[in-house]
Amino acid sequence: MKAAPFAYVRPGSVADVVGELAHDDAKVIAGGQSLVPVLAMRLGRPGLLVDINSVSELDRLSREGDSLRVGATVRQRRLQDDALSAAVPLVRLALPWVGHREIRSRGTVCGSIAHADPSAELPAVACCLEATMVLASTRGTREVPAVDFFTGALSTAVEPDELLAQVVLPVAKPGEGFGFGEFARRHGDFALAGVAVRVRTHGASPEARLTCFGVSDVPVPADVSALLRAALDATGPSPSRAALVCALAEDAGDVARDLVDTGGDSHASPAYRRRLISGLVAREVASAYLKATRSELERDKP
Amino acid sequence: MTDLARVEDAALLTGQGRFLDDLDPLPGTLVAAVVRSPHAHARIRGADLERARRMPGVAAVIGPEEVLATLKPFPLSVRTPHPYYPTATDKTRFVGEPVAVVVATDRYLAEDAAELVEIDYEPLPAVVRTDLAMEPDAPLLHDESESNVATDRTFVFGEVDEAFARARHVVSRSYSFPRYSSTPMECYVVVADWRDGVEGPEITAHANFHGPFSMAPVVAGSLGIPTSSLRLVVPADIGGSFGIKSAVYPYISLMALASKHAGRPVRWTEDRLEHLLASSSGSDRLMTFEAAVDDDGVVSALRVDLVDNVGGYLRPPEPSTLYRCFGNITGAYAIDAVGIRARAVVSNKAPTGLNRGFGGQQLYFGLERLIDDIARERGLDPAEVRRRNMVRSDDFPYATPSGGIYDSGDYHRALELALANTDYERLREEQAVARESGEWMGIGIATIVDPSATNIGYVGLATPVQDRTARRGKSGSTEHVRVTVDPQGIVSVLLGTVPQGQGHATVARDLVAAHLGLPVEHVRPRVELDTATTPWTISSGSYSSRFAPLLTSALLEAADRIAETIKVAASVLLEVEPERLELAEGMVRVADDHDRAVAFRHAAGLVHWDPGSLPDGFSARLYEEAAFTPPQAKAASRTDQINSSLCYGFVADVVVVRIDKETLTLRIEHLSSVHDAGTILNQTLLEGQVHGAIAQALGGALFEEMTYSDAGQPTAGTFMDYLCPTSAESVFPLTSDHLETPSPLTRLGAKGSGEGSSMSLPVAIANAVADALHAEGVEITSLPLHGNVLHDLLTTAKGT
Repeated sequence: MKAAPFAYVRPGSVADVVGELAHDDAKVIAGGQSLVPVLAMRLGRPGLLVDINSVSELDRLSREGDSLRVGATVRQRRLQDDALSAAVPLVRLALPWVGHREIRSRGTVCGSIAHADPSAELPAVACCLEATMVLASTRGTREVPAVDFFTGALSTAVEPDELLAQVVLPVAKPGEGFGFGEFARRHGDFALAGVAVRVRTHGASPEARLTCFGVSDVPVPADVSALLRAALDATGPSPSRAALVCALAEDAGDVARDLVDTGGDSHASPAYRRRLISGLVAREVASAYLKATRSELERDKP
Repeated sequence: MTDLARVEDAALLTGQGRFLDDLDPLPGTLVAAVVRSPHAHARIRGADLERARRMPGVAAVIGPEEVLATLKPFPLSVRTPHPYYPTATDKTRFVGEPVAVVVATDRYLAEDAAELVEIDYEPLPAVVRTDLAMEPDAPLLHDESESNVATDRTFVFGEVDEAFARARHVVSRSYSFPRYSSTPMECYVVVADWRDGVEGPEITAHANFHGPFSMAPVVAGSLGIPTSSLRLVVPADIGGSFGIKSAVYPYISLMALASKHAGRPVRWTEDRLEHLLASSSGSDRLMTFEAAVDDDGVVSALRVDLVDNVGGYLRPPEPSTLYRCFGNITGAYAIDAVGIRARAVVSNKAPTGLNRGFGGQQLYFGLERLIDDIARERGLDPAEVRRRNMVRSDDFPYATPSGGIYDSGDYHRALELALANTDYERLREEQAVARESGEWMGIGIATIVDPSATNIGYVGLATPVQDRTARRGKSGSTEHVRVTVDPQGIVSVLLGTVPQGQGHATVARDLVAAHLGLPVEHVRPRVELDTATTPWTISSGSYSSRFAPLLTSALLEAADRIAETIKVAASVLLEVEPERLELAEGMVRVADDHDRAVAFRHAAGLVHWDPGSLPDGFSARLYEEAAFTPPQAKAASRTDQINSSLCYGFVADVVVVRIDKETLTLRIEHLSSVHDAGTILNQTLLEGQVHGAIAQALGGALFEEMTYSDAGQPTAGTFMDYLCPTSAESVFPLTSDHLETPSPLTRLGAKGSGEGSSMSLPVAIANAVADALHAEGVEITSLPLHGNVLHDLLTTAKGT
């Protein structure tokens, strides 16, 4: 379990990084939490490793208007702990589920998104929030919406010569509430099934958007506003949590049936994943709705 | 540091452990990488090692040709035409089987060169499932044999058929038990050196091998040398094994051969991928259990059909998983008649071997599930069925039909204690209420006999009596120790038990200090084993919970003799008869006049410095060796009975589970576990063993399984898929309690206790889940049990 030979550079600027990436067979390394095992097992053998940890401009976590900008070397744990991330509640809900504390201390937010494991949390969060990916190369910079970013298991819109320099997360607006839940066989494992949920109550009727993960090649976004509205029709607009979960559970199974699109494995068959998704959807949509209405109440306070 | 529980802890907690990968025992050592088969079953048409050999930094590359030129097949435990070498030679029989070894200046280079090794494989159809491997037209693993059944023996003890003919009820069930490991933190390590001496090759091998040392002659046999030409050195620290590292031994032969070709010592450190792919595990088993039962649930006879899947080779000591529990195959129950069929089947999976509980978890999964099924069929409480069948306390020593002699116990009292600690009656009421509201709550019980201090003679049972050589029987359950005293009165204790982290040194220190009346700091245990200097025999090693019953018995015998010498020396200084002296508080003193005393160290000093003053003819010897040799460990009888262990402890587990109806997550709400390991030597270490065995059992019951595709590709080859429970999964309310019914056969009355819950808890959990889901029409016949499995079972039950 030793890596095959590779060349290694540690540039100091984004310009130099993308210059190195223009070489054939180059690969970015930041936290190394996914890449190092891949190298050690010789499942990947890049000719050149471009270590971006010395590029200070990539280590930025900043609030700009309605966005939280997360640079390529920002660690997951930093995002979890930094006061700025309070503006993106879904990220705070999701990050405790990412691996273990030790992994989050090294692993980067952008690294997890660029790795695009179908059962990882952060790609689903990015999709649910309709985040924007900023890609840099010698050809310039381009932006890709999260929903177009994930193209398959472990594959993304990032070209071989491109760096995922930044992910731009929209901050929560008044009347938004979030839910996040997942199920794994052990604490810290990749999820067998998970959901990230955003509910918007600002306006005539509530909107609910979720993204499932662990159930397909890519994060699976879905508009479940109809599910939420039907449940609220049954319960009234101010339901208890238990009543709302119960009402949502009525049709959550149908949602799960449509969303789960995987052959399954020895840990969870497609049918079991549907069972899990159905429970998670009911619980987390309810949770997001209740938070959203609370946030609306808070906004209305004098 | 004195507040630490164990003498071992300070070094381990400060990174001072002496693990083999940290040590550099032989100068100039090169590093090996092993080339492994990607095929589950393939003929080797050729091996081209030249490109790898030509790579700079490579010292040697060996493959099937070199192996066949120098090594002999390992001697097997039974006569069967399944030649087993440390690499594949004619065919590969499991994914991960070694086919070649590259020796280079470092591991990176060795792995680079390993990619240049070209093996020409002709893939063959593979078979992994036990039932399919037994089919007449199954792919044959070993061309010279007639089938994949490597051993098939039938035993009848007592009037089995008669009892079944008379029985009012027959309860019969088939079960299967999964393949899992104990996943030691440290993987295998070998440093081997081949030198050609005047009398032939001399091999020095350092390895984290902990026995059984019956494997030393097996290694020597493959090398074609006397066992004494193989010097085996084991470092003080082994990072866990739980039996798994006993299977490092084929690599000792392989790395010795690599050293012969490299002309330098060779180090090989197994990595985690190699470990999960090809090291060892417990065997998976198919089994049928059948009981002749009367109206009251009393069992008069048992039929047991066991089929172990041992993987590609019958690697010694397999088929011992079938026989380790032979003497206690009727478990905790007074059953006078038992019929046994014991088979081991080869398949295209990795070979199996020792795993904490060795054979016990497999056996008791069948027996204890059956007891619950008997209870259900007879409409009885499972605790009551156990009460009616268990051996009674006044029946000890109790002879089992298969030859076991249970030395001591009080099974009824232990079970009642385990039940009382969960408030069993109240629990059943709570369960009734929970069921009313549709909850899935279950209570599972297991009551098992926990054998310790194996009598290795059971290995002989795999060979039919007419083929066993007369007067060349196998038996034994001995342990060895050397105690020495230096001129300052410091006592050194050299143990042959090769601990893997259990704390042997601490217990040995405390016992010797107490026995010789010394402060514990004056006793220095040493646990490195060197076959050239440490006393040992075939049965030495750390396996089958041997330390507490056997080693401590030897230790006290040696300490007694040291005490005699010290008293004689003190008697010279005090001018009083040695019989009047006692050892206490670091002194040797007159028993009825404590003021007349000399320091222990002065008495020791006299033996070293002034032996001329000792009584005439008295030997100035402050080194004593002892071998505890219990006469109860005999070879298998002509009637195929064997007392397969010296001691038989007892475990009663009562476990309460609840299953979440949404996620099907199984939560353990309470475990009440009572162990009777005879005299308790160290309460903290005993609890540690109980906790460890529970965590391991949890893995097998709920998380871990070494799975394969039908084509023989491992599907749990990394920690992404092979899920060991972590601390987050191992936290639940536990009430651990103990009984002490001392063994009359060991010096202190102690029995082993490292494996009890490994054997009992998997089936206790299965019984609890069966209890929880019975109303849903679900039967539990296998492990592991987790959401996905329960989902399938519930879906199937609903469909029928």
